[in-house]
Amino acid sequence: MGLTGIQIYKLLPKTNCKECGEPTCLAFAMKLAAGKAELAKCPYVSDEAKEQLSEASAPPIRGITLGTGENAFKIGEEVVLYRHEKTFVNQPGYGILITDTMDDTEVEAKIKRLNEMFFERVGLTLTADFAALKNESGDPSKFESLTQKVMGLTQKALVLISENVDALSAAGKVAKDRRPLLYAATKENADQVGALAKELGVPVAAKANGLDELIELSEKLTSIGLKDIVLDPGNRKLKDLYADLHFHRRAALKDKFKPLGFPFITFPNEMTDDPMKEALYAAIFVAKYAGLIVLSDLDAHRMLPLTVQRLNIYTDPQRPMIMEQGIYEINKPDKSSPVLLTTNFALTYFIVSAEIEASRVPSWLLVMDTEGLSVLTAWSAGKFVADAIAPFVKKSGIEEKVDHRNIIIPGYVAQISGELEEELGGDWKVVLGTREASDIPAFLRTYASKG
Amino acid sequence: MAFTPPLEKYAGKIREVVIGKGDKVVKLGGHNAMPGCIFDGDFPNLPKIALEVFDSAPEDWAPEAIKPYEDVVNDPVAWAKKAVDVYNAELVCLHLKSTDPNGENVGADEAAQLAKKVSDSISVPLIVLGSGNAEKDGEVAAKVCEVCAGQNLLVGLAVEDNYKKIGAAAIGYGHCVAAQSPIDVNLAKQLNILLDNLGVPLDKIVMEPSTGALGYGIEYTYSVMERIELAALSQNDDKMQLPIMNIMAVETWKTREAKLDVDAEPTFGDLSKRGILWEAMTAVDLILSGTSLLIMRHPEAVRLTKEIIEELYLGK
Repeated sequence: MGLTGIQIYKLLPKTNCKECGEPTCLAFAMKLAAGKAELAKCPYVSDEAKEQLSEASAPPIRGITLGTGENAFKIGEEVVLYRHEKTFVNQPGYGILITDTMDDTEVEAKIKRLNEMFFERVGLTLTADFAALKNESGDPSKFESLTQKVMGLTQKALVLISENVDALSAAGKVAKDRRPLLYAATKENADQVGALAKELGVPVAAKANGLDELIELSEKLTSIGLKDIVLDPGNRKLKDLYADLHFHRRAALKDKFKPLGFPFITFPNEMTDDPMKEALYAAIFVAKYAGLIVLSDLDAHRMLPLTVQRLNIYTDPQRPMIMEQGIYEINKPDKSSPVLLTTNFALTYFIVSAEIEASRVPSWLLVMDTEGLSVLTAWSAGKFVADAIAPFVKKSGIEEKVDHRNIIIPGYVAQISGELEEELGGDWKVVLGTREASDIPAFLRTYASKG
Repeated sequence: MAFTPPLEKYAGKIREVVIGKGDKVVKLGGHNAMPGCIFDGDFPNLPKIALEVFDSAPEDWAPEAIKPYEDVVNDPVAWAKKAVDVYNAELVCLHLKSTDPNGENVGADEAAQLAKKVSDSISVPLIVLGSGNAEKDGEVAAKVCEVCAGQNLLVGLAVEDNYKKIGAAAIGYGHCVAAQSPIDVNLAKQLNILLDNLGVPLDKIVMEPSTGALGYGIEYTYSVMERIELAALSQNDDKMQLPIMNIMAVETWKTREAKLDVDAEPTFGDLSKRGILWEAMTAVDLILSGTSLLIMRHPEAVRLTKEIIEELYLGK
């Protein structure tokens, strides 16, 4: 990133050997600049050139992976300020705070929530990501034994919080194979904590008082050879932290300002005692530029909206808002299961299918191509009317999948029932469904119980 | 060397829209930077919150949402007063839901008289919306404009199919227009142009971009709003420089996450807090993407949202 084709060309062997698949080195350089080729395709590029080029092509915000195996997750590598410009890439991690002054019961209960809380949505499993272990006692041995204990209770990623180098060192050594984040290197201890992170080969966070100090710390850690860095500007007031997060994202993306080109860690748990407010801060940091979010606890009524918030904001906006026309199976339907009809506007489909899923009634959902229009809009545009629906239903193949001939239509298009029944012909019966999707579960349960 | 924070200066500015008259006035918009970015520009008016009032008792509300209004749901005037006096609503939004021709089909005259009664009995500006039936809404809104002449209400919803009727009545009787378009930047602009051509001054229009709740399309609303605000500010697009409003409570409180108790959804946790948080988090997303006016329901969600606004903009 940042280098032009000509600048890249100067670093290539200029032999035009064609082994990369391009006719000339210049053509290859142009492709590299456009991000359409991999440097590895050139067998003769010098190590020195490789280093320069990989430096230049590094993402403006470094990607950092915490944790290992299936519990590993990556943050950073964001490339836009607004999600519609492309998409947000790596979802921020949610973590639960556990301190070494909590008793065993509390630690176990919290880890249980971290391990077991999950929500199913659009075929995805939404969970929290890490435990943030804090050396509240100031005693390195207590911190070490908490870390040991938690390592035994969960496979999730860890953030180790202490400004005491001995405590960080003790816990870090226990957890190093888990790829934990050491939090934090400060103005006072940066040399020792930096050295520790280097020795253990794990990511390290820098905590400062304000952005100026943070930049100094970030440069210092970089200068001792550390690459995996996470930043905390220290502000715990919404207004100031909101500004810092914006300056970080802008400086990293627009000015390619390296010292701020790392993910940020935020602490809503330290900003308020009100759990509801804490959840709202977390929601703000999901939308505005955090990489890690530490919460005081994981309660279902807060984590459900928070995991959905993260899913929504990080959904790729380039994804079309249209579903493919066809038959969708929900809750493993069989020949006697009800058949419902809706349009192919993605949101309509999503809401309707979520409600059918929630009803737990096995069902067939017919999704008709209405060019992405919702039910009422499609009806008024003449695309969701009897003489369009009937041929679709007939050709959909649903008649082979069920042994009944009842079709449930959206309550908003009650007026088409008669005509649709006529157009469908045969034994087809039109059943009037609900107007609002939220009433579907109750409707389906009653409908199914009547057989 | 000290770090110089990268600031964004924009050529454009959102128009200021004034709703209400005399000593009950609320101003929307007027900012020249993206939401919460007080380091970039000026925000003479922070996002405002209106509380909902319905013209008939709601039937299927979540228990948590009905609780604060239990004693007033059958009396829209008392409901509006409670919203203002007890829950500190900055505006009241009257939903004339019973005018729905597929429902009770209450006539425009009767609905307009109620609007006037509510407006006369509260100390804050009033927003009046119909049932969502475009044709009937046009008729009802026109009558509301006439009966409440000169009060400078915010009246709607004007959509592509009825904007002429609502626009003309708003011009004639001195009101502002709430204009709703189907979740698309260009369609939003187009409706503004249509209203402009009709003669509605652009500083008398508030845009409703179609609002989805958290989990139910908020991401589309969010991005459409960011794009509208950016077009208004950085491209200085005159026809986009209007404040945005969001009719959001209706959407958030009909989700199953806000309604289903823990027996129906064992993994969802405490219902009463969940519903409030669902509304407040939706509100926060809308604040971050550029709203100037939220139509909300639960007083506790309003309190949380208001605190977030004040912390974000005023550093409280």
